[in-house]
Amino acid sequence: SRGRWPRGAVSLRWRSGRMSLVSGLLGRVLWLSGLRSGYHARGSPAMEQDRALEVYDIIRTIRDPEKPNTLEELEVVTESCVEVHEIGEDEYLVIIRFTPTVPHCSLATLIGLCLRIKLQRCLPFKHKLEIYISEGAHSTEEDINKQINDKERVAAAMENPNLREIVEQCVTEPD
Amino acid sequence: MKDSLSLLARIPAHPDSRCWFLAWDPSGTLLASCGGDRSIRIWGKEGDDWVCKSVLGEGHQRTIRKVAWSPCGSYLASASFDATTCIWKKSQDEFEVRLSLQSVTWSSPSHILTCPRGSQQNKCCSGLWDSAACSACRTALIAVWCIAGVVCSGADPSWKCICTLSGFHTRTIYDVAWCRLTGALATACGDDAIRIFEEEPLSNPQQPTFALTAHVPRAHSQDVNCVAWNPKEPGLLASCSDDGEMAFWKYQRPEVC
Repeated sequence: SRGRWPRGAVSLRWRSGRMSLVSGLLGRVLWLSGLRSGYHARGSPAMEQDRALEVYDIIRTIRDPEKPNTLEELEVVTESCVEVHEIGEDEYLVIIRFTPTVPHCSLATLIGLCLRIKLQRCLPFKHKLEIYISEGAHSTEEDINKQINDKERVAAAMENPNLREIVEQCVTEPD
Repeated sequence: MKDSLSLLARIPAHPDSRCWFLAWDPSGTLLASCGGDRSIRIWGKEGDDWVCKSVLGEGHQRTIRKVAWSPCGSYLASASFDATTCIWKKSQDEFEVRLSLQSVTWSSPSHILTCPRGSQQNKCCSGLWDSAACSACRTALIAVWCIAGVVCSGADPSWKCICTLSGFHTRTIYDVAWCRLTGALATACGDDAIRIFEEEPLSNPQQPTFALTAHVPRAHSQDVNCVAWNPKEPGLLASCSDDGEMAFWKYQRPEVC
């Protein structure tokens, strides 16, 4: 599934000698045995599932920017749309695939922004976050995915007072 | 490989914020840092410690994304999310804003800076060295390019990719820096690590091979945004991170087996 493996060819270089192992079965075996940093197969599924629920608990109450409903109520996010992988000691890769209610570009990026900001603020464990539109949900999916995962764009957007205000309204828990 | 990159100092350069970029002045004695707290800090060494010599706080309304020194070292340019660029003039230890611009392109022999949004020219070339350039990208690949052919008439020379380093980084590479003194290539990655590569001694310049000579997995507690080699002191590397910290490292090429 998307995002599971690091992109690019696997090519391991050993400093002693000029042997180099190229992608394929051997590469995958070495990944799984933990010789590469990144996606270890060390995480216990139970732990990862717990973490996924923690994530979902935070995002489900985010309000939709346009409608007076939460993302959960509108099924923009579901429990199964959150994927968590342990990538290091107490560090997790969180992948969220959301389905916007309407195929409107600016709304999709806004939802992506809300997801990111709320998790940045509320998720207690160390994590790296990837957010995607669920496959097939949008015609300019690739562009949107690039934008919502672009750290610079996210930072700049949050410095725009109008955008910031909308995001705050969506992510702030009612008292 | 373990000790080839060792930590010299860690400084909370932009506390409670992000440190986005670092730039050494041409003399290698001052380091400018900028960040999400809308300030630029100028750092210098006093004895064994790095201290903040100036805080340039009044220039921008939003995050300062990059800074660059003029080749003569008397001016500093800063680019911000507020869509302006400031030029600061240095006199003794003070800096003052000389110019605030909406759009600027600053080009010195080997560094292209601040291409304003919406501009046609979106060149981003980091570290030209010996007619080779290096680009890093979101898909965690580094491509090494060299200028194809020798002399070009008129238009920009064309570039061809002569080497790709893949499989080393697990997340976006935010910065690459090529050391002009030693030829070492440093990378700043979203997996919180710093890596150093060197061209293998007997590799063919047309088809070079690179080896990973240093890897610090937890160089910072969050994404590493920038790495910068000191222009005068070989092996001195500065790095900065989303955690607001700046770190100084000593690189020593490991012994060849």
